[in-house]
Amino acid sequence: MANVPENLHYSKDHEWVRVEGDTAVVGITDHAQEQLGDVVYVELPKPGEDFAAHESFGSVESVKAVSEIFTPVSGKVTEVNQTLNDEPEKVNQDPYGEGWMIKLKMSSRGEVDSLLTAAEYEDFTKAESE
Amino acid sequence: MNAPALELKRTPLNSAHRRLGGRMVEFGGWDMPVQYPAGTMTEHLRTRTHAGLFDVSHMGEIEVRGPDAIPFVNRLTSNDAAKLIDGQAQYSALTTPEGTVIDDLLVYRFAEDRLLLVVNAGTTEKDWDWITSHRGDEKVELRNVSAEYCQIAVQGPDALSILQPLTTVPLDEIKYYHFTEDKVDGVAAIVSRTGYTGEDGFEVYAAADKAEQLWNKILEAGKYGEEYGLLPCGLAARNTLRLEAGMCLYGHEIDETTTLLEANLGWICKLNKGDFIGRERLAKQKEEGIKRQLVGFEVTDRGIARDGQDVLIDGQRVGQVTSGSPAPFLKKNIGMAYIPVESGSEGGAIEIDVRGRLVGAQIVPLPFYKRPKT
Repeated sequence: MANVPENLHYSKDHEWVRVEGDTAVVGITDHAQEQLGDVVYVELPKPGEDFAAHESFGSVESVKAVSEIFTPVSGKVTEVNQTLNDEPEKVNQDPYGEGWMIKLKMSSRGEVDSLLTAAEYEDFTKAESE
Repeated sequence: MNAPALELKRTPLNSAHRRLGGRMVEFGGWDMPVQYPAGTMTEHLRTRTHAGLFDVSHMGEIEVRGPDAIPFVNRLTSNDAAKLIDGQAQYSALTTPEGTVIDDLLVYRFAEDRLLLVVNAGTTEKDWDWITSHRGDEKVELRNVSAEYCQIAVQGPDALSILQPLTTVPLDEIKYYHFTEDKVDGVAAIVSRTGYTGEDGFEVYAAADKAEQLWNKILEAGKYGEEYGLLPCGLAARNTLRLEAGMCLYGHEIDETTTLLEANLGWICKLNKGDFIGRERLAKQKEEGIKRQLVGFEVTDRGIARDGQDVLIDGQRVGQVTSGSPAPFLKKNIGMAYIPVESGSEGGAIEIDVRGRLVGAQIVPLPFYKRPKT
């Protein structure tokens, strides 16, 4: 079973959010990386770009396929994980840690409350695979 | 997440794939493993360095028997079946009157009056209709025997040593593109030194109900589970392996809109062997010269080219990517594309429209990968 840490918020697009003050750290879930297979390329935005919630902010590519990645909440990009340029496999190895993708300065703290809890996300992925 | 696989066809190894943790997807109407838990990268690399095992039972087999088997096949295909000797196979194509491709295939000669055509899975029905509707006066009996066979490919530098203990045939005596009929693990089989990976290897054909026995036995002989052991490989690795080896995939590089000459398959167009469907057009095209050609390219910027993306030269959209992918062994992003003959040659710069972003690439010679000679 895919790992779903308790302390994170989740989107139905299979991203996670960790709240650090008014910053949202965003990545893709363990379930998402399992579905993708070996990640070979990650395309991320530049710091300073603004995104609405559920907007595409980049893409993750495996050998076989391209998947868009979406912002779970709105905000301005403050930092992107440059490590993924050379080591995209971090997304597979450590999706909630070294495989993080972007940090957003959230425009509205309340948006995270509309995301799924760990338990809700687990139910969601179960329902989706049935 | 996937649509129910109710109407999909299954090879005799379907439950074996599921037991091994294969991720099943629809491919040409078949329910097939796209990868196993090791993942596409590892499967690909293991095949290049040791060995990989592939279920290719979904491929179609059409038997041609009778005194006119060779003239009949020669009239429908572009290569020269009359050149085959017993126990030899050849790569060929079923062609349209326009010189385009109904399918690419292997022609196996068992005897002068007995040939076997091995065709693509997704085109088996179409090929069968084409072949049976183009019967002439030739004395031949045709049978679609696809369901009777399983086909298992063992590919890679260790393929011979893995398979040898299971058979009394001296495998090193089977030359490339030759085959023999004997037993593998006591099961009557055709053992063919062919493949679709760019590696040495064998394709084993046997009765469909023996598929699991052979599959499991070969996995065991190949020390599946050990560090450098044989790995089962899914369709994704099959595709990246053939792409690195510069081989065409039907529906991508070749189809009913592309001629054999445009696809660099002039070497299977034997224009002087006598008449065949499409010969006249191919001869004319050869004389006049082709207008577009299949080329290989390497992406030089960051980014991965994918099937169907536009190719630009000097800002003009001039063609499309037929296959584009990361190349796991070469560690580059590669692809093939059709471009006008006058606008690009080896070493030339092109751009690929990767979802709205122009990514630089360079035309390189095919194949991308050639196995070291032993």
